[in-house]
Amino acid sequence: MPALTRHIHPGWLIIAPLLVLVMALYLGPILNILWLSVTDPEPGFGNYAKLGESDALIRIVWTTVRICIITTLFSVTLGYSIAYAMVHCHQRQKNYMLTLLLVSFWISILVRTFSWLMLLGRKGLVNVTLEDIGLIAEPIAFMRNELGVLIGMIHYMIPYAVLPLLVSMQSLDMRVMDASRNLGASGSQTFWRIYLPLTTPGIVASTLLVFILSLGFYVTPAVLGGGKVLMVAEYISVQLLVTLKWGTAAMLAAIMLMGVLAMLWVMSRFMKLSTVFGGAAR
Amino acid sequence: MAEPNQTGSLQVRNVSKLFGTFKAVNDISLDIRKGEFLTLLGPSGSGKTTLLMMIAGFLDISEGDIALDEASIANVPAEKRNFGMVFQGYALFPHMTVRDNIGYALSVRKRPAAEITARVDEMLELVQLQEFADRKPAQLSGGQQQRVALARALCFAPPVLLLDEPLGALDKKLRVEVQEQLKDIHRRVGTTFIYVTHDQEEALSMSDRIVIMRDGAIEQVGTPKELYERPINQFTAGFLGKSNFIQHNGKTFALRPEKIDLRASASHPDARLSGTVRSVTYFGSMQRVIVDASDGTEIEVDIDVWRNSETLREGDAVDLLWTDDAAVELQMG
Repeated sequence: MPALTRHIHPGWLIIAPLLVLVMALYLGPILNILWLSVTDPEPGFGNYAKLGESDALIRIVWTTVRICIITTLFSVTLGYSIAYAMVHCHQRQKNYMLTLLLVSFWISILVRTFSWLMLLGRKGLVNVTLEDIGLIAEPIAFMRNELGVLIGMIHYMIPYAVLPLLVSMQSLDMRVMDASRNLGASGSQTFWRIYLPLTTPGIVASTLLVFILSLGFYVTPAVLGGGKVLMVAEYISVQLLVTLKWGTAAMLAAIMLMGVLAMLWVMSRFMKLSTVFGGAAR
Repeated sequence: MAEPNQTGSLQVRNVSKLFGTFKAVNDISLDIRKGEFLTLLGPSGSGKTTLLMMIAGFLDISEGDIALDEASIANVPAEKRNFGMVFQGYALFPHMTVRDNIGYALSVRKRPAAEITARVDEMLELVQLQEFADRKPAQLSGGQQQRVALARALCFAPPVLLLDEPLGALDKKLRVEVQEQLKDIHRRVGTTFIYVTHDQEEALSMSDRIVIMRDGAIEQVGTPKELYERPINQFTAGFLGKSNFIQHNGKTFALRPEKIDLRASASHPDARLSGTVRSVTYFGSMQRVIVDASDGTEIEVDIDVWRNSETLREGDAVDLLWTDDAAVELQMG
């Protein structure tokens, strides 16, 4: 035992059972997927080769990436203004806003998606109102296209974007902004040169969170895209449940996983990831 | 280093600050001379920081006016006042190097890069931080951060420098050292310094004049010596240094512990009071003796050990002597 603890910190022994459990339940299935992607239907990299051969697959991956980028851009930008407003308003209003933010977490994604269908459909509230006041002659096509998917996804993602930004902004020392003003900087100079750089870890955390969550979106594209906007998650489910090509599904899942890991790796080249996830900045 | 300062006198005229119905600063008037080191001294809640924040422009003035060289600045926003400020906790920009911190004021004024570099070098030399120019604030000690804050606030040659308890975060030994540096820098730049503190030793050792504040109002203004030797009331006498309070003919007098003589033998002809020694505490440079006086009061006496070699013991009968000018008559309050 002493020989063992000389090389291994005893703390590891305490968390060992949990570690084994996580490995078995989490790493196991992931390895199984990776294994499937190179063995089904036959051993080799045939599934991955399809990426180069099939235009449909490339289009699906590209659609997914494009939608995720646009969603992230809008969610983080809107989330930034919401977080800013929350941090810098009075405590009472802040409590109201925080409650509303939490409420939106409690409402199921299915409910929120179908509400958009009610609002934005051809006979939805928005189109009917606009027609009644004579602004438009024909209903605007909000649904069954990429616009609808984007509206639904951005709406769902904003609360997620707000949280890391809120944490980052709340931990700021506001005397630093006073110091900037005192040294003669205008409001916009203070924002661009002090406030924005100091909240960058929050922006990166928010961007990563929203982008990674968006990659796996299934319900919203399926309902609001009306089958016309096919994203990776929906395609994987089709491969699993309808066409039973588990190898292709596993390959797409593996690509997504590696994409996320690659993003984290690139980010870690530019900044310490621990600061993004709330660690101390150096 | 001579600064091209033609300005730097401040006039505070009947200034009040209300938070709701609470008067944090109550009708204060004060003339601050160009180039002086003025300290606002008071316990917490005395309104000294509130007054400083109004001078800096971070708080609006509820009533009255503040003027720089007789021209009102009450409606000038903080970023246009051109006052340097050293914040409590320094408020350095954590993502910038020392050099960028110090040059910030010139950089937001869009001055040419060469001028900024030259001026920052000058400031780095002033605060002796040349070799730390490329470090981030987190890599510096508290004392070094304090000097960066000072250099940053002085870089654009402001007419007035405001300091909000700048030594509060430093340990005691370092504080004395930094006090000397601060005074030295004040002498060299000639800027008006307005210094807020609750530490009476800091105030005494550095200031040209001290403003003693309590409950949002000024108690007394004067040089450190004037305030120490001639306090006008019990609050000033007790806040600045130690003091005994003697009642005589219905009047109250302040009597500093070091201005009392102790004689061991009883019934001395010139004795003002007599009593017995309750305790003797040795402090090295002096001895503090607490005497239970015959009139029932407790008197503290500081004795120069070197010149008074006779040893006092608890229970000794003593006479207390002092000259007429040692006791200062106080106003009520």
